[in-house]
Amino acid sequence: MDAVQNPDLTAGEQLAAVLRDRMAVEYGPGTKVEDLVRLSGGASRETWSFDAVPPSGARQPLILKRDPMDRQADKQFEGVPEGRLAVDRWTEGRLFQLAGGAGTPVPEVPFFLARDERTTEGFFTQRLEGETLGRRILREDTYAGARPKLAFQIGHAAARFHGIDLDLLPPMRGLPAAEELLHYRSIMDSFHQPHAGFEYGFRWLQERLEQAGDRYTLNHGDFRNGNILVNPDGLRGVLDWESAHLGNPNSDLGWMCVRSWRYGYHDKVVGGFGDVSEMLDGYEAGGGGRLDPAEIYFWQVFGTLRWGILCMILGFTHIDGEQRSIEYAAIGRRAAETEYDLLQLLN
Amino acid sequence: MPTDRPTAAELVEAVREFLTDHVAPNVEGQLAFHTRVAVNALAIVERTMAQGGAMDDAELARLRELLGQDGDLGEMNGALARAIRSGAMDNDRAAVLEHLRLTAEDKIALANPRYLTPRG
Amino acid sequence: MTADINRKKAEIQTLDLAAVLRGRVQDVYGPGTEIDGLVRLSGGASRETWSFDALLPDGKRKPLILKRDPLNEIRDGNTDGQPGGANVLLGVDRWTEGRLMQLAGEVGVPVPEVPFFLDADDRTSAGFVMQRLDGEALGRRILREDAYAQARPKLAFQCGEAAARFHDIPIDRLPELPSLTATEALDYHQDVIDAFKQPHAGFEYGIHWLRERLELAGDRLTLVHGDFRNGNLLVDGAGLRGVLDWELGQLGNPISDLGWICIRAWRYGYYDKPVGGFGEVADLLDGYEAAGGGRVPLERLRFWEAFGCLRWGVVCMIMAFTHIDGRERSLEKVSIGRRAVEGEYDLLQLVD
Repeated sequence: MDAVQNPDLTAGEQLAAVLRDRMAVEYGPGTKVEDLVRLSGGASRETWSFDAVPPSGARQPLILKRDPMDRQADKQFEGVPEGRLAVDRWTEGRLFQLAGGAGTPVPEVPFFLARDERTTEGFFTQRLEGETLGRRILREDTYAGARPKLAFQIGHAAARFHGIDLDLLPPMRGLPAAEELLHYRSIMDSFHQPHAGFEYGFRWLQERLEQAGDRYTLNHGDFRNGNILVNPDGLRGVLDWESAHLGNPNSDLGWMCVRSWRYGYHDKVVGGFGDVSEMLDGYEAGGGGRLDPAEIYFWQVFGTLRWGILCMILGFTHIDGEQRSIEYAAIGRRAAETEYDLLQLLN
Repeated sequence: MPTDRPTAAELVEAVREFLTDHVAPNVEGQLAFHTRVAVNALAIVERTMAQGGAMDDAELARLRELLGQDGDLGEMNGALARAIRSGAMDNDRAAVLEHLRLTAEDKIALANPRYLTPRG
Repeated sequence: MTADINRKKAEIQTLDLAAVLRGRVQDVYGPGTEIDGLVRLSGGASRETWSFDALLPDGKRKPLILKRDPLNEIRDGNTDGQPGGANVLLGVDRWTEGRLMQLAGEVGVPVPEVPFFLDADDRTSAGFVMQRLDGEALGRRILREDAYAQARPKLAFQCGEAAARFHDIPIDRLPELPSLTATEALDYHQDVIDAFKQPHAGFEYGIHWLRERLELAGDRLTLVHGDFRNGNLLVDGAGLRGVLDWELGQLGNPISDLGWICIRAWRYGYYDKPVGGFGEVADLLDGYEAAGGGRVPLERLRFWEAFGCLRWGVVCMIMAFTHIDGRERSLEKVSIGRRAVEGEYDLLQLVD
């Protein structure tokens, strides 16, 4: 059954009806849906903000994240090789719940939205106060007290969700380190665009595969400054679990150290706000054990390479004409930044 | 030039498409006119990136032949201009004019290819 | 904020100008004359043009145009499309321009009447006022629109006639004007090109060719319009209604006007009609002869057409370098720069 947009209604009107029916079930008959507004203009997912207002009782500030109603947009997203790794909305919501249960700060996921003739599949989260824009987290005075704590809290949070028992997890794709390398290698090859700098990076990583470590756990998959919610007290939530998969947990920590998420605060390796040693302290305190900085370094190199290839994916999405976009074309050239970063990291 | 893609030409093309498809339909008056001017300017850049290298090579080869010397395009054109002014090329007129016409034709092909076809 | 201030400034300027014009129309048309519908037409940096009506006490309406120097900017040769570096040739002042229109009108050239002038004072820059005639001045429209289908076949002859008449105004009746013989004009263009420090073999060839044939230029020195082309002609359904824009008026070789109107830049794609995109050379020369200008040899016209191509190319380069040198950053100017090759290309087709 595919959801269909009624041409006589706006997307918001159709969704409002869906939400009214659903909120009546959750919060009782007569619950109103107020201030419904679409947040992201992203083609791949829709996020909507609204309040559920029960006839008696407290107003519930909520976020809905659902698959795009526009099938074309969905198809485009799937056309990006990286997109094939993504989990469905059900799995993503479930991961929020499991991470929360394990002690990672996340917004609560009170319930899900099943796919029917009026809507695609999605899940609801609490709408928490705080900032997610990486640049603001690093720059604004409001977060001056939070910043020194973040690296430790990030490490702690990661240790908590990396520790979730594999048996509890929904079915997910698994990518051991060697396979993950191969995955990006094959994406790279699909461009038919030889790239000596990235090639050097692949070679370097291949030679040091034993430094990758051999643990195998839940991975957030896009654990970085930009996907965390911060308030003046510190880390309030780890967001955007759609790239989650099974793999080497160090991958998340290395990714957090890629220079692109430091927004110019280059001396703070972890997300532009902290040091690796703080993150590792937090990881240990969260029960993840003491990690070897060499392993993190391996995954930082890998993350840098991965980000470069993601830039190239977007560039080629434009070049191949799948989706003509000045933004994608421009991001394509940011691969040079990561190439530079990569070559600085290598020895 | 690095070989990273999108290449410079592909980026210029993306900007031109952005102006044509997203800016032009949403502006009017002077801004619409200047958007068209900008689109034209980018089209010149695109044509130059696609054909300019081969044109330069051909022009340089002709200049070497004419002047019996070597140098970059700027130097060689300077030398030819001075030679024409001093009369030193007067005995090679036909060859000089043929070269200049070919060069001008190439330049028109970059700057305004429609110039060579009448409208009406 | 700035936009608001600028709008306010423009309003005040309009009010000031209205007061000045009211005073002048009362001098000219009598007490009780009012002005109506004052509105600025061109946003050009170099000149202001305004449209308004004088409302006479007897109820008659005179549709008028004011052309005046810019109020705010120091008058600058660059905005006339002249280069900074070389021996700069300025356009004439507004008084001279208006006077040239009057003189041309007296000898039978179709021009708007010029009833009065504005002197520069603390409220206005210098300018002149002319009749606002009905008709079309945009070259492209003149060539394309059905309304001018009957006019087009007559225009080349009428342009020839008009030119012969103003070329024949006795020099001692003219106001003081810049003067350029053919040799001086060539030298001037060479100087301009040299000032760009960008050797240009194509134009060099053209200049060399022209120098070798200077005797073809002829040696008359008369009033020339200086920018006689499709684009500076007012045309109505019946034909040529007015020759406009005399600000580059000067003493020079009269056939330079005829060569200029033949260059391809003013044909707007109608390339098979060499004169302004609307007519034949034979018609232009017939008209010139019919109005007493004598029979112009084709070789002479070719010389001046080649010269016109050179001049157009150089004007395009001047525009480009105005941007490149940073005197006035402008997408439009820098783009016109690449049109220099159009002049070069045509020049190289004409020469041998």
